[in-house]
Amino acid sequence: MFSTTQLNERNQRTQGLFRLLFLMMTWLLILPVLIIVSTLIYKGGSIISADFLFTVPTDGMTAGGIFPALFGTVWLVGVALLASVPIGIAAAIYLSEYAPDNWLTRVINLAIINLAGVPSIVHALFGVGAFVIFFKFGTSILAASLTLAIMTLPVVIVASRESLQAVPHAFREACWNMGATRWQTIRRVVLPNAVSGILTGVILEVSRTTGETAPIMFTGAAFYLPFLPESVFDQTMALSLHLFVVSTQVPNVPEALPYGVALVLIAMVLIMNSISIAFRMYLRGKKKW
Amino acid sequence: MSSQPVKIEVKDLSIHYGNTPALEEVSLEVREHEIFGIIGPANAGKTSFLKAINRMDVFTTGMNVAGDIRFGDIDVHKADNIYALRKRIGVVFPLPVGLPMTIYDNVALAPRLSGITNKGDLDVIVERCLSRAALWDEVGDRLNSLGSLLSGGQQQRLTIARALSQNPEVLMLDEFSIAVDPVTTMRIEDVLKELKSEMTIILVTNLVQQARRLADRTAFFLEGRCVEIGDTEAMFNGEVQHQKTLDYIEGKFG
Repeated sequence: MFSTTQLNERNQRTQGLFRLLFLMMTWLLILPVLIIVSTLIYKGGSIISADFLFTVPTDGMTAGGIFPALFGTVWLVGVALLASVPIGIAAAIYLSEYAPDNWLTRVINLAIINLAGVPSIVHALFGVGAFVIFFKFGTSILAASLTLAIMTLPVVIVASRESLQAVPHAFREACWNMGATRWQTIRRVVLPNAVSGILTGVILEVSRTTGETAPIMFTGAAFYLPFLPESVFDQTMALSLHLFVVSTQVPNVPEALPYGVALVLIAMVLIMNSISIAFRMYLRGKKKW
Repeated sequence: MSSQPVKIEVKDLSIHYGNTPALEEVSLEVREHEIFGIIGPANAGKTSFLKAINRMDVFTTGMNVAGDIRFGDIDVHKADNIYALRKRIGVVFPLPVGLPMTIYDNVALAPRLSGITNKGDLDVIVERCLSRAALWDEVGDRLNSLGSLLSGGQQQRLTIARALSQNPEVLMLDEFSIAVDPVTTMRIEDVLKELKSEMTIILVTNLVQQARRLADRTAFFLEGRCVEIGDTEAMFNGEVQHQKTLDYIEGKFG
């Protein structure tokens, strides 16, 4: 019925051309990741061992392991999450479920977007002023973590709010019609169905926080501190800062060392991302509507 | 029927969405243990009327309600506790919503919200409500599967079961048969006839014949106004005050 005209043929060719173009751009994206990871493994893989991971640096950081930095990063990210996740989720619930659509809500939403756009070095200086000096936490894990928390808050809020909004409005109305209060509706219907998306967002946020350097540099991360912190008021080493230090600040570092540190850092991030992706795939499989 | 006391009294009810009127100065009474039918074409204000009675205006931005609604001894629009009010009114809307939880939890939700936690009590409520909604035979052996994954017609009956689980004084149904096949519709209609002895039913329907089969009295809404209210039989026998009503019943427009 439809005879192939010349026009049709040309459309077919153009469409094939564009498909190829988009495909190539997509492949181009993978290239940097492949190059970075393979270089790190090639140059730093040899240094990775249990000793490297679990002993302290020695000889002015030109030898030994990275344990205080690894341990410190886990501390910093953990305390940051303890602060940002409850606050972020609570704020997201308010914005998604309670906030009226008025100028104040719009101002708050605008503020959140702007907070996400603040450069990390500005966050760092804010952290120094607010947590180190004003609240007198000193340069400590607490001050650094709270700075990281403020940085991650907008992302936690936005990811959580999106997950809450993804729960169909009809479910809420059905619940309200039965006489459920807003809170009962949130607890029994909205949250149980949003929690997976919120968790995915949080895990992705962990991986981002792990690599941050500027916000912790002036607020709590130490240049060289070859023992473990005892409380949140101590300073600590951190992987990201340690990488910066051994690659630029210390003379006579064996070549493999910074590559090894970078490899550990990127491995942590990739593992976190993989968990997040696996989690999302698992949940997509048990969709409830 | 006229001997029954008034359950819901509506006076000069007007509803606006922003500046657009949806309902203008409607006054009517719904009596206890009657099925009160509301018929009328699209945009007549039927659904808005139901929403005003269970205070859904609170959750609908831009919806403004003026006038008086009395529900039993409550002044609906001055009610302090709208949640307590809604518990006394069961609602079924045209598009069925099975909540994303098990069938059992769907029906047990309202009792649980009211503080019933005893498993035995809940079991009884769930079975009774599902049976009444003509759904028990189909799902009684798989109460732990998801309510949101049932077919459209089954979800609608689940919604009815859920409304009944509130043990409401008034049941409001808004074009419930849109998503249900004719056979099931008939089964639900039989259930409604039985339920009448226990509660008051407001039936908004786009099927004129359904109103004729079920309603004791029927109101005809048109373009936001209540054109007339009358005894259903009389109305369908042509005893109407307005030609429009007759035209609509006879299918000349709509």
